[in-house]
Amino acid sequence: MCLAIPGKLTTIVPDEDPVFRTGTVDFDGVTRQVNLAMVPEAKENDYVLVHVGIALQVVDEEEARMLLDTIRTTEDWAEELADPDELNQPS
Amino acid sequence: MKYLDEFRDPVLAKKLLDQIHATVTQRWMIMEVCGGQTHSLVKNGILDLLPEEVVMVHGPGCPVCVTPMNLIDQAVQLSLREGVTVCSFGDMVRVPGKEMSLLEAKAQGGSLKMVYSPLDAVQYAAQDAFEGVVFFAVGFETTAPANALAVLQAEKQGLTNFSLLVSHVLVPPAMQAILDDPFNNINAFLAAGHVCTVMGFRAYYPIAQQYETPIVVTGFEPVDLLQGIARAVTMLESKDYTVENQYARVVLEDGNRAAQDTIFSVFEVGDREWRGIGTIPESGYVLKETYRSFDAVEKFGLLNRDTDTQNGCIAGAIMKGQQKPKDCPHFGKGCTPVNPMGAPMVSSEGACAAYYNYAQPTVV
Ligand code: SF4
Repeated sequence: MCLAIPGKLTTIVPDEDPVFRTGTVDFDGVTRQVNLAMVPEAKENDYVLVHVGIALQVVDEEEARMLLDTIRTTEDWAEELADPDELNQPS
Repeated sequence: MKYLDEFRDPVLAKKLLDQIHATVTQRWMIMEVCGGQTHSLVKNGILDLLPEEVVMVHGPGCPVCVTPMNLIDQAVQLSLREGVTVCSFGDMVRVPGKEMSLLEAKAQGGSLKMVYSPLDAVQYAAQDAFEGVVFFAVGFETTAPANALAVLQAEKQGLTNFSLLVSHVLVPPAMQAILDDPFNNINAFLAAGHVCTVMGFRAYYPIAQQYETPIVVTGFEPVDLLQGIARAVTMLESKDYTVENQYARVVLEDGNRAAQDTIFSVFEVGDREWRGIGTIPESGYVLKETYRSFDAVEKFGLLNRDTDTQNGCIAGAIMKGQQKPKDCPHFGKGCTPVNPMGAPMVSSEGACAAYYNYAQPTVV
């Protein structure tokens, strides 16, 4: 559960209050809105490590690709990127 | 893709293994703290390739595994309360409580919503001001910034219906508790890469020195893990009791300052009970005085019953590195991922689940 997943920050939605600053992150085709409060330095097209909906750190592209590859083989991948609505569907 | 090749490279992996075999002269027990690392070690068959002398011990692993049963019971109580919805990460909902898990409580009419982020729970609270929304805030340091941010966002939106049921634990005090145990047999640690992304690793220096226990901050790739193990063995053999950072491409010595500031604006360090280990002083986060109105325990007057009863599950001994999952009489029999008796079988990062799922390990 402590794994952070890397993705590419494609667009930043500015907000006056840094606590609410978000962006769209592309995790190899799956996109999510991610909070950017912890990475004030992040720019569009940067790669960020994301954990439970917030970006924890900017990383370089190679690291991002490698981590993505590893994580995709674990259940955490599915867990972290599950569609919030699907999570609550009766199974 | 320089890195990609490098950190998967079988030739490099072989080289590191040879190095470990050549360096080791006596038996060393090395604990990897993080469940993600346990998962990778077992899955990639690394345990079978190490020399006999190097024994990997699987540490406290994941927050799901160390959340005490009475917290699960409190979450269950809340979910069954009229007008209250409990929001939780998916992997907490199947952990057995004294009477039932959160998922079983839901089947009995409890109100439970699984979320991907604590910020989703805040949004949910903002949609319906009359519904009490409690987020089950479990986690190690990695998750603390998100949980703290949830409180800040709720405060800024003036939400009075949002609160946290906090079970936040910290890695360094757990390491210390393990080392203080009279039966301790751990000689070195691989510290968890992503926990250190947030907190950095300065806190580890005094531990390494005081307990003469080398600590290597380590990543998750097979080659990362082998490098971490190789460093740890070399440091042990040369009595070099310090901290090294194998994962420097991600982890900075000081961690992420913005994240730490966010954590400490909302939380302070306090005592925590760890499932299977007991109460460790100053081993987790509690809400600061100024944010007590966001504390579900106070808000709903929850009883703190001591319910950490045993059902034969030896999770505590496994997490302290004194026994392996296969030593448990229930392993694979009464206890499987579909029907877990203890938390390490619930989470995919738990040591028991890792052993169960990768009984036939593949080779690096
Ligand atoms: S196999 Fe099940 S009962 Fe045994 S220690 Fe692991 S979780 Fe507990």
